Amino acid sequence: MQALLTPPENRGRNWNWIGVLPFFLFALLFLILPTSYLMVGAFQDADGGFTFANMLGLLEDNVVSAYWISIKISAASALGGGLLGFLLAWAAVLGKLPAWIRPTLMTFSGVASNFAGVPLAFAFLATLGRVGLVTVLLKKFLGFDLYSTGFSVLSFAGLALTYLYFQIPLMVLIVTPALEGIKREWREACDCLGGTAFQYWRYVAFPVLWPSILGAMLLLFANAFGAVATAYALTGSSLNIVPILLFAQIRGDVLHNPNLGYALALGMIVITGVSNAGYMWLRSQSERGRT
Amino acid sequence: MKSTTRLGAWIAFLVGAAYFLIPLIATFEFSLRMRRGEYSFDAYRAVFGDPQFQATFGYSIVMAIVTIVVGVLLVAPTAYWVQLRLPKLRPLVEFITLLPLVIPAIVIVFGYLRIFNSSSYLPLTNSETATDFLLVCSYVTLSLPYMYRSVDTGLRAIDVRTLTEAAEVLGAGRATILFKVIFPNISSAILSGAFLTFAVVIGEFTMASLLNRPAFGPYLQLMGANKAYEPSALAVIAFLITWASMGLIQLFGRNAHTRRVQPGTDS
Repeated sequence: MQALLTPPENRGRNWNWIGVLPFFLFALLFLILPTSYLMVGAFQDADGGFTFANMLGLLEDNVVSAYWISIKISAASALGGGLLGFLLAWAAVLGKLPAWIRPTLMTFSGVASNFAGVPLAFAFLATLGRVGLVTVLLKKFLGFDLYSTGFSVLSFAGLALTYLYFQIPLMVLIVTPALEGIKREWREACDCLGGTAFQYWRYVAFPVLWPSILGAMLLLFANAFGAVATAYALTGSSLNIVPILLFAQIRGDVLHNPNLGYALALGMIVITGVSNAGYMWLRSQSERGRT
Repeated sequence: MKSTTRLGAWIAFLVGAAYFLIPLIATFEFSLRMRRGEYSFDAYRAVFGDPQFQATFGYSIVMAIVTIVVGVLLVAPTAYWVQLRLPKLRPLVEFITLLPLVIPAIVIVFGYLRIFNSSSYLPLTNSETATDFLLVCSYVTLSLPYMYRSVDTGLRAIDVRTLTEAAEVLGAGRATILFKVIFPNISSAILSGAFLTFAVVIGEFTMASLLNRPAFGPYLQLMGANKAYEPSALAVIAFLITWASMGLIQLFGRNAHTRRVQPGTDS
């Protein structure tokens, strides 16, 4: 190490790159190569020849329905999380609430956005499961049987509601800096000119905020799309979403075609990749708008 | 007008608080229901007394600590070197560290199972030790975004160049500079990266489950499938662990923040 990192000035060539070699080797071995292997495999048949058959295999009914349910759940939790998270962040930043609320919300959001996976599923089973506290209390005091409405925490609505538990806090964390950029003077100026609250939001605040809001929602979408543990612990394999299908495929080749599994993984990367790229683009737009 | 704003803000806050607190209360309440007819901590006693819990929790703590050590040793020197000598590489390094947020964990581990399988050039799934090593690498990968961002923020807040030059003038070698000059100056950043990593790794399910290692995450899932009250107790424990990790970050972060922002910077 010592010898490799001696200052480069006294050598003929630039050896600086050696300092970052371990990092790039690690990234290549444990991030780039494994992912590339799947991407290449998605376009190969069992003998290694080039084929589009796996892409066409993605059009099989159960695969299409898995993607569709995944997209719907991710979109529902991104929209809901985005809206509620924005409202919460707005209340804390601009709502003239007591001063202790904002730091409390930020700390709690840091915790809750990381409280995902298996334990989160347990928490919602204890809350909205068949004998969960809320289900029981609703029946006892309001005579309202939640499960008679067809609701189940193991279903689409239950999973979306559960995802909100980490989506809302994530939205709060991402959108708060943008809300902090809103100047009090803008509102005052708008009021002085006789503008209504609606006009203020429509013509002043929203045009400034929308790239941040939309970008954050794209990030939430990708976040929900790749999540496995919560859904698996909550619904087992009863809900046919892409990450769970892929999980079952890795465990036991349920699609009876390893290369179709690679195509499934490629589809996931494409979707999360596109939403992340959209997020980054919108973030650069909003940063440019602010300076 | 002002009062409607405030009213709306209170409603948003109260609805949010209800949504976030009710599941926590419900989970805690459920975890106390194990003994028929009265509240008790029996579920917690059952969990802590379960040898499987002790074994898997211990295993995951060891994995988390090894991940943190490897992660810091990989990320901190890289971030330092990029800042000092290779600023042109910064966007590329940053991009790579963000990739684990873009590529779902399940896809990454799928790739591992294919290129490190027993018939490959680097059969890391052949023995338990090798698979443990692979699991640590997968966790380091997962924690790259958090670790890099923490360390990079820490490095930007200090004057890396001056510190390095001062140490060089005094005759310090690279390793001395890194471990005795740079690390102590970004210790709070390293610690916050470490605690975030800990919170992510301790209950991680996908990687450990698909690599077949006896970690805490797969144990949680197994309990959820087979027991009634223990899962709630485990969820409460997991929430407390996450809370503790984040609380410690706030604590260290705040200390560092007040120390650094005082002398009239604009951040």
